[in-house]
Amino acid sequence: MTTAERAIAFADDLTQQVAGGARFAGLYATSADTGMRLTGLLAAPGEVVPLDAMLPAGASSYPALTGSVPAADWYERAVHDLTGLRPDGHPRLEPLLVASSEAVPRRVGGHGLFSVPYGPVRGGVHESVEYVIETPGEDIPHLRIRVAAKHRGIQERFQSLSVADGVRLAERVEGIASVAHALAYSHAVERLAGVEVSRPAGLVRVLHAELERVANHLDVAIGLAEAAGLVVAVSRFGWHKENVLRLAGRLCGSRFGRGVVVPGGVRSLPLLTAAEARTTLETLTARLASDVAELMGTATFLDRLRETGPLSVERAREWGALGPIGRASGVDTDARLHRPYDGYLGLRLDVRARREAGDAQERLRVRWDEVTEALHLIRSAVDALDGAAAKEPIVVPTAAPDGRGIGWAEAPQGEVLYAVDITDGSITRCYPRSASFHNLGLFPDVFAGDIFTDFAFIEASFGLSIAGVAL
Amino acid sequence: MPWPLRGLRDGILTSRYPRKPDEYAESWRGAIDVLDPDRPERHDVAALCPTAAIGQDDQHLVSVDRGRCILCGACVGARPDRFGWAAGTDLGSPTRGGLVVPQRQEDDDSLAALRVDLARRVRAFGRSVHVRHVDAGSDGADEWEVKALTNPTYDVHRLGIFLTASPRHADLLLITGAGAQGMSEPVAGTLQATARPVVIIAAGTDAISGGMVSPSYATAGGIGDLIDVDVWVPGSPPTPFALLHGILLALGRLPEVRR
Repeated sequence: MTTAERAIAFADDLTQQVAGGARFAGLYATSADTGMRLTGLLAAPGEVVPLDAMLPAGASSYPALTGSVPAADWYERAVHDLTGLRPDGHPRLEPLLVASSEAVPRRVGGHGLFSVPYGPVRGGVHESVEYVIETPGEDIPHLRIRVAAKHRGIQERFQSLSVADGVRLAERVEGIASVAHALAYSHAVERLAGVEVSRPAGLVRVLHAELERVANHLDVAIGLAEAAGLVVAVSRFGWHKENVLRLAGRLCGSRFGRGVVVPGGVRSLPLLTAAEARTTLETLTARLASDVAELMGTATFLDRLRETGPLSVERAREWGALGPIGRASGVDTDARLHRPYDGYLGLRLDVRARREAGDAQERLRVRWDEVTEALHLIRSAVDALDGAAAKEPIVVPTAAPDGRGIGWAEAPQGEVLYAVDITDGSITRCYPRSASFHNLGLFPDVFAGDIFTDFAFIEASFGLSIAGVAL
Repeated sequence: MPWPLRGLRDGILTSRYPRKPDEYAESWRGAIDVLDPDRPERHDVAALCPTAAIGQDDQHLVSVDRGRCILCGACVGARPDRFGWAAGTDLGSPTRGGLVVPQRQEDDDSLAALRVDLARRVRAFGRSVHVRHVDAGSDGADEWEVKALTNPTYDVHRLGIFLTASPRHADLLLITGAGAQGMSEPVAGTLQATARPVVIIAAGTDAISGGMVSPSYATAGGIGDLIDVDVWVPGSPPTPFALLHGILLALGRLPEVRR
């Protein structure tokens, strides 16, 4: 096959599989001596399948997927930025991960339209991101997102690390989802090595992953309450979030659960006794239940969320929307349910009733459902750990052979994927795909009739991290 | 129960730090110490560290640069006789070299000059200090810890410290992140827009050295090359108490002897 034929075959194959029901879950390119390997990731029940095309050295383009697979848009731009490989026929091949001072023409036209650049340094304590808002003055017909300012060169940085150090960088790819990233990375290594973690290690992993989920969802609630000017609610939920981070800190020494997950298991058992953890959890659960009920009964607050930033079920399904954003729009892609791992295998995980309204209020409701379930899972994990046989090891030797492993975990933002290539115990390629990267592309789509004052609500209701997008 | 009453129901939740030591801060596993630092170390312990924070000099004496340390604990796990966790959150330093433990040589004269210069600048702030945070390529966790400063447990408003939206109102820039190249212009622009005098704090190990993220083609390995830093606060991410300590250190408002 010629280069062009290979590239066309790859694009056709991937498009057909997506049309056949597989969910498009990622695209990345790897430079090698012999050329460029283009890899698509397809999620199927129980599995994430890589689809490779080896393009010989000198190949400079392939047929763009974005026309038939809309969610490929940002992935193709990222591949183009990082490798120069050009997706032919991509509708808007603007730079995503490399800074560009070039003015981009406005997408929408009409009388009196202008562009408002907002960021990268914005009011309040936010991650750096620039929104270019195209507006006639009040509503937001189009919005462009520039994340390049925060690009840190993460993917290349992975390539010099040992397998053991890789998890330390994975924890810092998207710092507010440290545990989920460490898990997805470790799962990739463990699958390659054919290793199963022990029962206690699996439970400790669940414990920290769910604490991370609670903290993240509380952070979203704080953002929404802040946007609505509910100062007491901001304080209350700020206090609850602090207590969650402190509990994580007391359990492992890091408020973000860092250093817990290692390939093959966990570094240590909880530093707190089960009784102490239970007491803290009970107090937290009771306080939260009361404040959440009050928040969700505060009419002035709900008025701002209802019908704000709606994501239609069709769009969410077509895009393969992940995490709470997907679940609020009728798409449930929970990796814990559909590709279970670690302690989730033995714990009861309710299949939540999907919600379908798709607005900011629905996204918050989904998060509260998840908080309730997470607290329950944490409690179950603490109880199960208390009874687990102490003689089981918490970490098993994990010597990964040469090859590629794919791992996943359900972060608070949604499914995180890692594709890790290992040669002689070192990482030769690591592609981290955060849920934030996948979902942020939907953000410009949800401003149907919403205006500037809704912006803060919609942004908070997405609950994404720019670090995990800009990499 | 309506919100106003909810605000009262749990009483005062706020730490009394810095007026009184805070139990949580005092017991926090905040840093790595070299144990028995005067004993030479024949083994290559520097290789234990993924971020090259461990140093070994000609006399085989060991040091740890907390400005590079990401607190992963690899050294403590491998050599518990040599490295240990240090409790506390008073970790900031007005000099980059001050983050290296143990301190073997001190340049008192230049340190004194730095302190005089800093004290001269902060005198103009009076008792109200406005802080502008800038993310120069963080992993996102640093922002959570900066935001936490306004929650009821830390409530920095009680100390006259405010997070402000505009650099025009700011006295102090609190910069997080590894110094992403795409942020060098926005950081310079923010500094230019900030009122004078101004104090700059590098918040977190990423901001100090790039931590685990650097070296990388897209970061400067910390913000030191982008901007003149007055106080360095280590941590990956830095805890709210460490950030508060760093701010108070810059302002010269820490009680004289606390330990």
